[in-house]
Amino acid sequence: MKFPTHLALVAACVASLALPAAAQTAGPIKVGLMLPATGTFAALGDMIEKGFKLHVQEQGGKLAGREIQYFRVDDESDPSKATDNVNKLIKRDQVDVLVGTVHSGVALAMAKAAKESNTLLIVPNAGADAITGPMCGPNIVRSSFSNWQPGYSTGVVAAQKGYKRAMTITWNYAAGLETVKGFTEAFEKGGGKVIKDLSLPFPGVEFQALLTEIAAQKPDVVFAFFAGGGAVKFVKDYDAAGLKKAVPLFGSGFLTDGTLEAQGASAQGLFTTLHYADSLDIPKNNAFRKSFALTYKQNADVYAVQGYDAAQLLAAGLNAVKGDMGKRDAMLAAMRKATVDSPRGKFTLSAGGNPVQDMYLREAKGPNNEYRAVAVKALADPARGCKL
Amino acid sequence: MDFATFLVQCLNAVQYGLLLFLVASGLTLIFGIMGVINLAHGSFYMIGAYLAFVLAPYFGDWYLTKLLAGVVLAAVFGYLLEWAFFSFLYQREHLQQVLMTYALILVFEELRSMLVGNDVHGVQAPSWLAGGFKLGELMSYPWYRVFASVACIVLALALYGVVNRTRLGMMIRAGASNRDMVRGLGIDIQRLYRIVFAGGVALAALAGMIAAPLSSVYPGMGGSVLIICFVVVVIGGIGSITGALVASLLVGFVDTFGKVFFAEYSGIGVYLLMAVILVWRPEGLMRRSF
Repeated sequence: MKFPTHLALVAACVASLALPAAAQTAGPIKVGLMLPATGTFAALGDMIEKGFKLHVQEQGGKLAGREIQYFRVDDESDPSKATDNVNKLIKRDQVDVLVGTVHSGVALAMAKAAKESNTLLIVPNAGADAITGPMCGPNIVRSSFSNWQPGYSTGVVAAQKGYKRAMTITWNYAAGLETVKGFTEAFEKGGGKVIKDLSLPFPGVEFQALLTEIAAQKPDVVFAFFAGGGAVKFVKDYDAAGLKKAVPLFGSGFLTDGTLEAQGASAQGLFTTLHYADSLDIPKNNAFRKSFALTYKQNADVYAVQGYDAAQLLAAGLNAVKGDMGKRDAMLAAMRKATVDSPRGKFTLSAGGNPVQDMYLREAKGPNNEYRAVAVKALADPARGCKL
Repeated sequence: MDFATFLVQCLNAVQYGLLLFLVASGLTLIFGIMGVINLAHGSFYMIGAYLAFVLAPYFGDWYLTKLLAGVVLAAVFGYLLEWAFFSFLYQREHLQQVLMTYALILVFEELRSMLVGNDVHGVQAPSWLAGGFKLGELMSYPWYRVFASVACIVLALALYGVVNRTRLGMMIRAGASNRDMVRGLGIDIQRLYRIVFAGGVALAALAGMIAAPLSSVYPGMGGSVLIICFVVVVIGGIGSITGALVASLLVGFVDTFGKVFFAEYSGIGVYLLMAVILVWRPEGLMRRSF
């Protein structure tokens, strides 16, 4: 392949003669994608990457006039390998910006490495409260949500519906416990009482003992946080145990997002809240879904939206400094001031770097999580412990 | 907790315990007789669960036929695996056995990933076991769980019968105590081991197949069951089938009631139980019974 290399070299020389000013900064921006490519979360990582690349592609393959070069590392959803993996991108590839990831434990290790090396980090899913809480930093932003947010907004809705006694059920790990905490906070503020929290080790799915306990306590409502395969199993078991008819089940949106088809009839009519709904009828979402479907021959989901918005956030920062990554402070400030025109509706970032966004109440109908109402308008994460 | 709920929870505990027993009995059998520490035993459980998923479309509601087909496949697989691999492991040290069987776990996981992917799957219970019977005001107890418990009890009795009442069982027990003497009596110990191993694999796979509709089918499911089965084997006393039964039920109860009463700490309940029992009886509850 000697000839093309030479050709490229010649082309580069010609280009640098023609555009002497731009040439100084016109090397590509190195984007390090650290996402799950294997394991339980592989599908989510795939959607995030597709969303991110879709936005870049819509801008003609460039952001603020600069080429984007991708470096990819499979994070394996394994916190014990996270530091090594993220250092491959930071030290070996010397990326300008890190994008990742799904698993909260891995994202926390990324945040730590990003802080130490002062690398820009955009988190396109992991909801761990700490990332925009105690671990927050000027160079860390999130395009998704904090675990607290969907929990809190479901609590608001459940209290509004007049339920008084609630039980919660989740996996005993950060995402589950933080989501439940958000629910409890809002539900008890609204006059209800959480009478019991149930949990089981991640990613266990032996729910029978816990369902029996729910039947024994007879609460007015049950709040559940599960995702992926565990969510499918839980919703089906809840129905099979005869509880669906007796005790309404509410959840964070991840209970039915990407899992509706597998849950079948058992999920029909379930209420969940999330910062996105498939059927959200606003021009930006309609255009996004169409563009995504045309590009990838599949339907977008909340993960694709979060990836898309990660690219939009980066673009907002780059545009403000005309692609000059040297002006980091101005770029970071611009990202925090930006209003992102997201398929989920416009959002801004809080001081901690987390989206201040509308939370939607959705109802599972057929194959869709249909938009019902705004559960909480412009919900900001309290960012407890963030000193910025 | 009222009495009815207590009873249902007991049912849950027994059902979980019996399922554990199916996996743990194979583990302890293979260790007790051949002296192999087999970390890959959890993989056989996983293979069973994935077999249940893969075979489902071909059998429909012929559920028992499906179980039978799966068991036969698993037994053949176990027989071949023993011939190709485990038969070389008996003379090795335990450390080497642990390393090699750990390598097998990685191989099986990778093969699983290549053949069926990394998705989580649900397996339907057969339609003639759909629904449940009413228990208390809100709850219904699924028929499939009743079936799972009954199947495990039948298998446990059959296992007891084979080991203690048959000529094969007699040879197995003798082979466990004195390998050379048995060989001296003109019994093909190699073949005997192969049969025991195939039986152990079949038991674990059967447990996986029965568990599939209860716990869904997911990557890494073998690992979690393996750890809990080692707890069972250690509590029950290494090599003892009766011990494994008692320990499985104990673990079932501790796990079930721990989840209900100490939700936040439910993960450590069984390990605490193991620690307490090991302090009290360092060799486990039972001595090797053959």
